[in-house]
Amino acid sequence: MIRHWRLFVDSTFLYRFRRDKVAIASFSLLLLMVLLSFSSPLIAPFDPYDPAQIDIMDSDMPPAWQAEGEPRFPLGTDAQGRDMLSTILYGTRISITIGLFAVLLQSILGISLGLIAGYFGGRIDAFLMRLADIQLSFSTLMVAIIVLAIFQASFGTELYNELAIFMLILVIGIAEWPQYARTVRASVLAEKKKEYVDAVRVIGLGSGQIMFRHILPNTLSPILVISTVQVANAIMSEAALSFLGLGMPVNKPSLGSLINSGFEYILSGSWWITAFPALVLVLLVLVINLLGDWLRDVLNPKLYKD
Amino acid sequence: MPILEIKNLEVRFPMRGGELIAIRDISFSIDRGERLGIVGESGAGKSVAAFAILRLIGRPGYISGGQILFEGNDLARLSPEQLRQFRGNQITMIFQDPMMTLNPVLTIGTQMIECLQTHRGMGRKQARKVAVEKLRRVAIPSPEARIDQYPHELSGGMRQRVVIAIALLTDPAIIIADEPTTALDVTIQAEIMELLLALCETHQVALILITHDLGVVSEITQRAIVMYAGRIVEEGPTRDIIERARHPYTHGLIDALPERTHPGQRLNQIPGSMPSLVDIPPGCAFHPRCEHVTDLCQTRVPGYTLLDHARVACHWVAAQEQS
Amino acid sequence: MESSNRDRKAKLLEIRDLYKAFPLSNSLLEQLQFKHGRLVRNRESVHAINGVSLDMYPGDALCVVGESGCGKSTVARVVTGLLQPTSGSIVFDNQRIDHLPPKKQLPYRRRMQMIFQNPYASLNPRMTVRQTLEEPVRFHNPGIGNGELKQKVEEVMASVGVDPGWSNRFPHEFSGGQRQRISIARALTVDPELIVADEPISALDVSIQAQVLNLLMEAREQRSLTYLFITHDLAVVEHFGSRVAVMYLGAICELADTATLFDTPRHPYTQALLSAIPRLNRDRPPHIKLKGEIPTPINLPTGCLFQTRCLYADERCRQERPALKELNDGARVACHGVEEDRIE
Repeated sequence: MIRHWRLFVDSTFLYRFRRDKVAIASFSLLLLMVLLSFSSPLIAPFDPYDPAQIDIMDSDMPPAWQAEGEPRFPLGTDAQGRDMLSTILYGTRISITIGLFAVLLQSILGISLGLIAGYFGGRIDAFLMRLADIQLSFSTLMVAIIVLAIFQASFGTELYNELAIFMLILVIGIAEWPQYARTVRASVLAEKKKEYVDAVRVIGLGSGQIMFRHILPNTLSPILVISTVQVANAIMSEAALSFLGLGMPVNKPSLGSLINSGFEYILSGSWWITAFPALVLVLLVLVINLLGDWLRDVLNPKLYKD
Repeated sequence: MPILEIKNLEVRFPMRGGELIAIRDISFSIDRGERLGIVGESGAGKSVAAFAILRLIGRPGYISGGQILFEGNDLARLSPEQLRQFRGNQITMIFQDPMMTLNPVLTIGTQMIECLQTHRGMGRKQARKVAVEKLRRVAIPSPEARIDQYPHELSGGMRQRVVIAIALLTDPAIIIADEPTTALDVTIQAEIMELLLALCETHQVALILITHDLGVVSEITQRAIVMYAGRIVEEGPTRDIIERARHPYTHGLIDALPERTHPGQRLNQIPGSMPSLVDIPPGCAFHPRCEHVTDLCQTRVPGYTLLDHARVACHWVAAQEQS
Repeated sequence: MESSNRDRKAKLLEIRDLYKAFPLSNSLLEQLQFKHGRLVRNRESVHAINGVSLDMYPGDALCVVGESGCGKSTVARVVTGLLQPTSGSIVFDNQRIDHLPPKKQLPYRRRMQMIFQNPYASLNPRMTVRQTLEEPVRFHNPGIGNGELKQKVEEVMASVGVDPGWSNRFPHEFSGGQRQRISIARALTVDPELIVADEPISALDVSIQAQVLNLLMEAREQRSLTYLFITHDLAVVEHFGSRVAVMYLGAICELADTATLFDTPRHPYTQALLSAIPRLNRDRPPHIKLKGEIPTPINLPTGCLFQTRCLYADERCRQERPALKELNDGARVACHGVEEDRIE
């Protein structure tokens, strides 16, 4: 463990991170957003899930720096009288959670199927990759809209609102496994040809041990890169679905549903209800993507610069 | 009067926490029509030296000192425009991988004709005639047909022949060949080497042959330079070096060849391995592996001891010469 | 004397009529072609091995030489079970192993290990040396205790000249020569009897080649190993091998004791090959040039595989493929010319 840590500290990875201002800025901002949103029950001035703390009389207040604003609500309130700052903090937490778990599900599915396809090749490979092609030819949103709409129609809005977060994770997670499977398969094909794999085959190890103990650890770099990008994508998908009214319910809003809920009021002058969550969403996705780009540059030895 | 003279050439690569000196204090010269071998193991800096002559060091590496005098012009100080008069024209290069020279999407004819058009200002028809002529000279069968083929349609040996033909296009004064046959099979290697040797002899082309293969050096070159950890450790006539190497490294290298020991017997080996350029030992870089090491070797970098037609960078040899 | 000694000893490895072809196009669509107005299924293959038979006795160091594409590495891979032969059999210690299910092969796999060419690719970059070396021991001795395991790994590391104190390092912290030593150590941890070495020193520097070759020879003596040594370097063969098999286009053209082969090469290809080695001394015989180039192993020549490049080929060579025939001094040559005394 200490050895691994020393290796990490000495690595080009950390060295290049420290020299890259964009990477440092993105990482700090991301860390800040994650920390703030996950400690929202502790730091948020209000609890937007608690109806007792919401007063309809406070609705539609502009940010504090405007004439009609109140210092109690730094970023103003929404149409139901919820404090925007608190709601955004809680909403970011939901968005990030959905993003992370959806990607976890994607990666478990995609990595296993990609490993199997790449390692065994032949018919299994052809079958799994065609399956991936088919899956990819339906857009994530289309699949999600159909599944979520059917669920909502058949089980009622009540149950749906309760299970929304799991449904979103499940749908986004399942819809995007081919991205992983393809990436993993490609690097498995490259690793499989290397002599260290032949060496363990000569020793007599079984396919499972070779795949998980030897090949998988060597495909981690591309997995890491694609994971960052996929988290950003998943957050975007969730926001889009919520914006369409198929995501998180209004009483447990994610960033997407917040943007949606403010959208009706934007023309009546209440721009802040949409603008602040949208800004947070854009920032969140941007820093994750910037980090992903940076990771790809660092982990791809062919792109080694200075 | 040598045609090319390298004086105190030094190449550095900036890296984290300082600069790495890939080659230092490289000086040698080559006469018109002479064949010079540069021998060394990987990491010795022989390829860097060859690339530096043509200023082909990949960034961020750079030439940090010294002169490269070709007929009195210092190539190290020319503008890229001026350099083109020499690079690929007066001095050409053959790489280990033919595909470094050959563009896979163009026929070999197109590439040869373009080269002649830019460097010699020839018309298409004439250029094609010259190209066919050169292909014939490197013993490519039916060159009129081959000229319209793509590199991938040729075998490895044929490709290297084409590369040699391209190197000869501009009638250069010097050819630098960096491990030209390492990727080829022995029978093909022998043919390519014979061809190179014959071409250099008939056209009075000087050849700088970079290789790790002492057998090849012995068969082709007249003079040889041995490099170790970025420095020249020994220079002299090839025969002398092969038969009476003075530097303990050269001696050990030659003695380690299987043909120097009776079959089945333990080979003579040099202990250890070449240091990485990041941590070159102080004093003589070879001292941790040397059997004649003294205190002096561990602290002072040896200068060159001049012998007849040769020089050696070794304290032990210097002491022997004095006594 | 040598051969009578052999008859008494049991064969360790027996390769019989080995053929290996790699199908060139694997999908049905790629195989379909229009020919003479009809749709035909065209199944092309690369014929990597075309009838190889070899016997190995305990203590042999059998070198297989040839130029790239001659199938020598494929032989190594078929023997170690990395590839399935198209036809023919591999018999190890009187047990045919190539058609056994993987589980049943395990006891034989332990006795037969492999060393690879590229020291930079043959060690898993994410495993420490200790993990790499412990894995085969633990796999083949499931009940082994930690102390015993550690002792075994340290003993093997010391025997290949790698400081056991470095066992927690990763491969990238070692030089190429050190990595090759570790690679050899991995093969030795399970106490094999046969080592298949596929160009184990050709990626190394000259001074390191000598070290590794010495190490392989030491291991051979101390552990009474048998080697199947694949190489293109004839100087190494002359030094290391007890017997040599020269391969051309997937078949053996000459098989002899090393001294015999280097003193009196019989096959025209062997002669050309030997004349091409660059030597330090200048008094070597002139280089025999072959005509043409190696044909592709997709469409093999008829008759003798070498006839397209042979200076002595006649009508019989173009029609009939020669078999390996034993000569007086024990050398076996597959050549009509030698058989008919046309070639000296």
